Amino acid sequence: MAIEVRIPTILRTYTGGAKAVEGSGGTIAELIGDLDTRYGGLRDRLQDESGLRRFVNVYLNDEDVRFLGGLETPVKDGDTVTVLPAVAGGAG
Amino acid sequence: MRYDSLLDSLGHTPLVGLPRLSPAADVRLWAKLEDRNPTGSVKDRAAFFMIEQAEKDGLLAPGTTILEPTSGNTGISLAMVAHLRGYTMICVMPENTSAERRQILEMFGARIIFSPAAGGSNEAVRVARQLAEEHPDWVMLYQYGNEANARAHYETTGPEILADLPGITHFVAGLGTTGTLMGTGRFLRERVPDISIVAAEPRYGELVYGLRNIDEGFVPELYDESVLTTRFSVSSKDALRRTRELLDQEGIFAGISAGGALHAALGMAAKAQAAGERADIAFVVADGGWKYLSTGAYSGTLAEAEARLEGQLWA
Repeated sequence: MAIEVRIPTILRTYTGGAKAVEGSGGTIAELIGDLDTRYGGLRDRLQDESGLRRFVNVYLNDEDVRFLGGLETPVKDGDTVTVLPAVAGGAG
Repeated sequence: MRYDSLLDSLGHTPLVGLPRLSPAADVRLWAKLEDRNPTGSVKDRAAFFMIEQAEKDGLLAPGTTILEPTSGNTGISLAMVAHLRGYTMICVMPENTSAERRQILEMFGARIIFSPAAGGSNEAVRVARQLAEEHPDWVMLYQYGNEANARAHYETTGPEILADLPGITHFVAGLGTTGTLMGTGRFLRERVPDISIVAAEPRYGELVYGLRNIDEGFVPELYDESVLTTRFSVSSKDALRRTRELLDQEGIFAGISAGGALHAALGMAAKAQAAGERADIAFVVADGGWKYLSTGAYSGTLAEAEARLEGQLWA
């Protein structure tokens, strides 16, 4: 088993068009690092020096990792990680 | 209850228990029925407060044009007040919103300018900003950054909930402009130590995230991460499933975003129960189900409803 990572349309140019890819690692940062070895450039789109980019949201099993531990949030096999751009929800 | 006019009847909505969906006698769920507002949604609170503030600031006079990017509910609230006060209302609304919303807006005399479906509310905001630049005499209240939006909830929603549920442990609401969560959340945090403030963010089909690049993303100016305890992304499927449970189990005919909030509320309830802690969890039913009938959310199988909802803005 591995960790499934769902990729938004806008970043699929880095994954050869794949909607979801698999990776491994003990934390979100390690997972992103692992993905970057196969999908070069992906890491730079997701994070900068300060952590996750402002308009990038990453969810671990539907919960926003910014409220869990940010890039240091622990992950394990079987988890699902979803990456989404921050948008003006629908509400309003 | 008697009021001088419909506008005066804002708020004071019921908080109802969910005896069947609550997992245990000491882990209880409570629904704040915001469909019982003048135009049928929680947005009346923000809209009335924003207009009142703009009037105080001398921005509005009879004949003034109000412009607002909205996926529907805020537009409907603003259009109703504008109609009564003699303002002209123009809504910029994504084209992938339900037919009922359009009909109600037109009924109140609002003009609708559609923004492209791709990009969802982001596009509505962009188009509205462009129009505001071209028409400096129009007044954009801009719900995503208007302090009166959050203040409406700080002054009304928060106090109402605390009065009805002094033992509250969690507050859950949908995340859009973030006004409900910021205002109610701040009020409750000041008075209830250790309260959890939980956001249920709608996760839409891919169309809505169709940005040209990630730097076009959008975070509402009102959003302050420190008010929240956590934030969940709720899929259309989960929101639909919970909306139907609310109807089946408790008889509450709610809009789809209420299902999203209920999903997050049930998640918090399960955590509390597993930890052996008591919980009183209040969540917001932002509107009733009427405006979503045409989306097919309530008929057929869940999978059929989900397929029909693909690409629609349901909150």
